[in-house]
Amino acid sequence: MTAATTIDPVDTVTASRGPAEQDTILDIRNLQVFYATPTGDVRAVDNVSFKVQRGEIIGLVGESGCGKTTTAMAILRLVQPPGRIAGGEINLDSVNLADLEGDDLRETRWTKLSLIPQGAMNSLNPVMRISSQIKDTIRTHEGRISNRELKERILQLLQLVGLPSRVYDMYPHELSGGMKQRACIAMAIALDPVLVIADEPTSALDVVVQRVVGETLLDVKERLGVSMIVIGHDMGLMAQLVDRLAVMYAGRIVEFAPVESIFNEQLHPYTQLLIESIPSIKEKKPLKLTEGLTHDLRTHMQGCIFQLRCPHVMDICREENPPMRALRSRHETACHLYDDDGVRLH
Amino acid sequence: MSELTLGYFLRRLGMWLLTIWIGATLIFTIPRLAPGDPITAMVERMIQQAGYIENSADLIEAWRARFGLDGPWHVQYRNYLLSMVRVDLGYSLANFPARVTDIIGRSLPWTLGMVSIATILSFCAGNLIGALMAWRRVPAAIRNILPVSLTFTSIPFFMFGILLISFLAFKWKIFPAFGNYGRGVEPGWNLDFILSVLHHGLLPVLSIVVTSMGFWALGMRGMMVTTDGEDYMILANAKGLRSRRIFWFYGIRNSMLPQVTALALNLGAVAGGSLLVELIFGYPGLGYFLYQAIISADYTVIQGIVFMLIVGVATAVLILDLLYPMIDPRITYSKGQA
Repeated sequence: MTAATTIDPVDTVTASRGPAEQDTILDIRNLQVFYATPTGDVRAVDNVSFKVQRGEIIGLVGESGCGKTTTAMAILRLVQPPGRIAGGEINLDSVNLADLEGDDLRETRWTKLSLIPQGAMNSLNPVMRISSQIKDTIRTHEGRISNRELKERILQLLQLVGLPSRVYDMYPHELSGGMKQRACIAMAIALDPVLVIADEPTSALDVVVQRVVGETLLDVKERLGVSMIVIGHDMGLMAQLVDRLAVMYAGRIVEFAPVESIFNEQLHPYTQLLIESIPSIKEKKPLKLTEGLTHDLRTHMQGCIFQLRCPHVMDICREENPPMRALRSRHETACHLYDDDGVRLH
Repeated sequence: MSELTLGYFLRRLGMWLLTIWIGATLIFTIPRLAPGDPITAMVERMIQQAGYIENSADLIEAWRARFGLDGPWHVQYRNYLLSMVRVDLGYSLANFPARVTDIIGRSLPWTLGMVSIATILSFCAGNLIGALMAWRRVPAAIRNILPVSLTFTSIPFFMFGILLISFLAFKWKIFPAFGNYGRGVEPGWNLDFILSVLHHGLLPVLSIVVTSMGFWALGMRGMMVTTDGEDYMILANAKGLRSRRIFWFYGIRNSMLPQVTALALNLGAVAGGSLLVELIFGYPGLGYFLYQAIISADYTVIQGIVFMLIVGVATAVLILDLLYPMIDPRITYSKGQA
């Protein structure tokens, strides 16, 4: 991007679309997902915009109910009624997923983007062998393939995620939790997608297996150059895995920055409280972030969404919704606490 | 999945034999606990009808010997078990010298044919309707029509049978009112006979199917709704599988398991449960003869048919035990988890 400024104006158009733009795999613009309830729409995801570059891992963190999983389900077009995508664009490889219907949508699924599910325990069909579950995916999208070729390919996938080849003939209940999760990872990369969404890939696993699954994901990314969105609460996993971290609160992204940057300096008061609430073995600190004070998601809130819980709330926070601004290099935050140069006001 | 082992098969076969033995013993015991005995009762009935019978005491003795009812109970029991093993169920009391095995042999194929076809049809139709009622991708218009097909579930099947006879057989004369095949048709593998059998069997089958379909449909709908909420259904959608494949291989396949158990138990009870249907349609099956035996106090026939029912249920459970691990891989043939 810096090179673009030195190139003459004619080339600027192509140059500014240069590496960064072309390498954008996923471009989400003003995504809105609402859940219909008898007393009005719950705005589960409200005006979320972000981009994912090729080969990049994005982390999506935030408390339960903040819209992380809903965002992921919206990208996969798996929002179940009464939920619906109320607006926005989901551009994956310059195709707007939000517009796809029927067979177009079905054919895009798994070939372009796949899912590593949250509950790996129950995400595999209990009455089908692991191999059959991978087979039906490949056959559905690629048509007739000889059994021998298919078997070879599946064994390769299993090897890639560190599973022994005997898993091929096994049923899900014969695998441990970590093995099931790795089988899910093998399935997710079977069709070489450009984007993999991992929804809390390590929840319900013990710490050692969490670490192993994290390493498997990283290894898969390195080898295949696939982009990932990893959703989770586990800050340790995020630190191990992701390039950039997005912090969500009440259906919006409040802070988005490279992971080192965010661990060094949290700009948004919510992120500060979130990081502070990670238990420490050195000191017993009181929990500053309290539960149950999120505003009613059915009403549109005047001003900042975090004003009810924010320790630094100012008058302007009740009036104006803070826009996302890059306050540090590549470090964006939606907060009135800083001026345009990123200097904290009080 | 561990393979079907000889040990497992023998264990299950042992259970099967044990069940039948206990059943046979109960059949042997219960009539003997009741006061009086069938021979005396029958001879007394004959005396009432005829006024007087010479040497009635000798007659009773002779018949008791003929039916194996003399001698101490353990001798009787041994002879009884031996005859059961030889599938010799003795003679009918009411229609002597008809053999019980002949009566059963004549009626069993009709019952098995008619009722098991009805049960299987009802099972398939009911489960499909139930699954479609729970499947969200079915157009709402069709999903709203489906429950209408279950209206007749609340009517007892014999009532529905009477309804069918009075309209389709008596009023409009489209179907025969009774029997298993028409007069003047030569039984055998010829088209006339087969058509006649189908023609006669349709109404009884219909009355069972229409009234029992709802049982399967409601069970299936509940299971399907549960299955649809499972994580693997979400993943199946995310995988971009065709809707039809998800419906059959992910939805129905997983929802079927409890339904299959119920089917096996139903098949076992097929003969007994069809009693009223066979009676209404004058269909000469097991249930029909059971009814005849009961009203004429024909103990040996009752015993024989009840024994057949016990064998039927035990065999169905045996087959289910052998099949279940193939349907659900989480159930294994191994000893520890059986």
